[in-house]
Amino acid sequence: MADVRSSRRRRSGPGLAPWLFISPWIFGFVVFTAGPLAFSLYMSFFDWPIVGEREFVGIDNYLTMVMEDPQFWESLWITTKFALLFVPFNIVLSFLMAMLLNLGLKGTGVFRTAFYLPSVISGVALVTIWSWIYSSRYGLLNYLLGLTGIEGPNWLGDPSFAVVAIVIASLWGLGGTMLILLSGLQAIPKELYEAARISGVPGWAQTLFITLPMLGPMLLFAIITSIISAFQQLTIALLLTKGGPLGSTYFFAMYIYDNAFKYFDMGYAAAMSWIMFALVLAMSLLVLKSSAAWVHYEGEVKGKDGANG
Amino acid sequence: MAKTLAYGLLIFLSALFVAPFLWTLITAVKTEAELTAFPPVFWPETWHWENFGIAWTKLPFNTFLMNSVIVVVLSTIGQLFSSSLVAFGFARFRFPGRDLIFIVLLASMMIPWDVKMIPLYMQFNFLGWINTLKPLIVPAWFGEAFFIFLLRQYIMTIPMEIDEAARMDGANAWQIYSRIHLPLMMPALVLVGTFHFMNAWNDYLGPLIFLNDQTKYTLTLGLSLFKGLHEQDTISIAAVTIILCLPPLVLFFVAQRYIMDGSIGSSVKG
Repeated sequence: MADVRSSRRRRSGPGLAPWLFISPWIFGFVVFTAGPLAFSLYMSFFDWPIVGEREFVGIDNYLTMVMEDPQFWESLWITTKFALLFVPFNIVLSFLMAMLLNLGLKGTGVFRTAFYLPSVISGVALVTIWSWIYSSRYGLLNYLLGLTGIEGPNWLGDPSFAVVAIVIASLWGLGGTMLILLSGLQAIPKELYEAARISGVPGWAQTLFITLPMLGPMLLFAIITSIISAFQQLTIALLLTKGGPLGSTYFFAMYIYDNAFKYFDMGYAAAMSWIMFALVLAMSLLVLKSSAAWVHYEGEVKGKDGANG
Repeated sequence: MAKTLAYGLLIFLSALFVAPFLWTLITAVKTEAELTAFPPVFWPETWHWENFGIAWTKLPFNTFLMNSVIVVVLSTIGQLFSSSLVAFGFARFRFPGRDLIFIVLLASMMIPWDVKMIPLYMQFNFLGWINTLKPLIVPAWFGEAFFIFLLRQYIMTIPMEIDEAARMDGANAWQIYSRIHLPLMMPALVLVGTFHFMNAWNDYLGPLIFLNDQTKYTLTLGLSLFKGLHEQDTISIAAVTIILCLPPLVLFFVAQRYIMDGSIGSSVKG
């Protein structure tokens, strides 16, 4: 009896096997994430040209950035402006489209596919397509606006419209967020709505007091990933406007990129990337913290308190 | 009434999301005269399909295509193998520190790529990998947090009894993974493979930073180079853009039911 038990214990003990299974990720994490991360922090305390002597400068890079570099603040503000436009539109539009698709109308599959389609392509192809749509001469957008009697602006050439143009091009890829919210909507028990209907709760109140609170965890996830992607925005701006006109779309990530690969000031670029990391982390934590007030995980529906957020 | 309004909105929005594609396709088959015509030509007289071939030969797009295919195929194989292996490890074993490591894995998804970009460049430079396709392939062989997470959630839905039965029959952990779980995971693997394919195929920043020799360029870099060199050649650029969009579109239609069935959403909740 004792023998059997000990042999069973030996066999059921995990031993080395789990570590072998997860070892690719552990190795990859150390070599391609943790290592580079630590190294970039280390670099940020140096004056680090790509060739030649590097010199320890302490927190000078950070001080220079904050005290003496107007471009740092400028690009930070442009990125913030972009995020302030992109995140709410991305969430609200994705939510409305998911609600439309959740009505259970015929042909929903076709519409869902149409909405998701642009998310399938991205980067260079997406930007190429938008650069024609925005073109002031043969552009589709200004032609269509012209039909309604509006004279379209020079979207990519006018500093006051360029950021908006990038927001619109980015929103074209909202299909991913929409799918996440849609699957959240579909997971809400139908009985909740039936009960509400029987008690005579109007439609808008059902949305406010049932749908939104129940969708909380998904909304939270969508908001955080939107913030992260907004702050990392680089490809579209790099290709669509190259930072212009007049530096109006010179995003934070682009300034990091230029510092590293154009001015070869690796230490300064590394310090900037850490500021970005800190900002993204702080904002995600802030959203996460505030979510305690409006996210419910146990499928329990609260009244006003829950829906206010 | 409400239904009509909903349909109206759905049709309007779909048009907004699909029109730019169609516009690009129409641009690609126009003649030079139709391109500059005003008002714009929405339906070309004849569709000049030969524009695609002409555009393709203006730059070494065959080479770019070859590079893209190498990167995408090799990295996708690696991603599927490693991510499923790691996901199995997290889903089916209890071991000290597992939950902590899993939290680290989830947290690693929040690290902006910009922070890693510079040291990774130096690391690959040190290894002599700059201007080779390796930086675009090798990291995928160590799994990606999001895919590991997704596959782990999927494995958790597979009954543990199946593993136990196999173990009774004398199967070891590797056999349970490779003979039982891999086939059962197929739908999730299709999803991961599709997503990874699209990311790798559309990737612009990675190739931009790690490659500098034209013979190593991928299609995305080729297209951006083409845009720079032939800014005025709108028809050809449109043609190459459409070609670049085709593989992800085809894959999307094949894998559609996996992408659309909400598995992305349900894995997020967990």
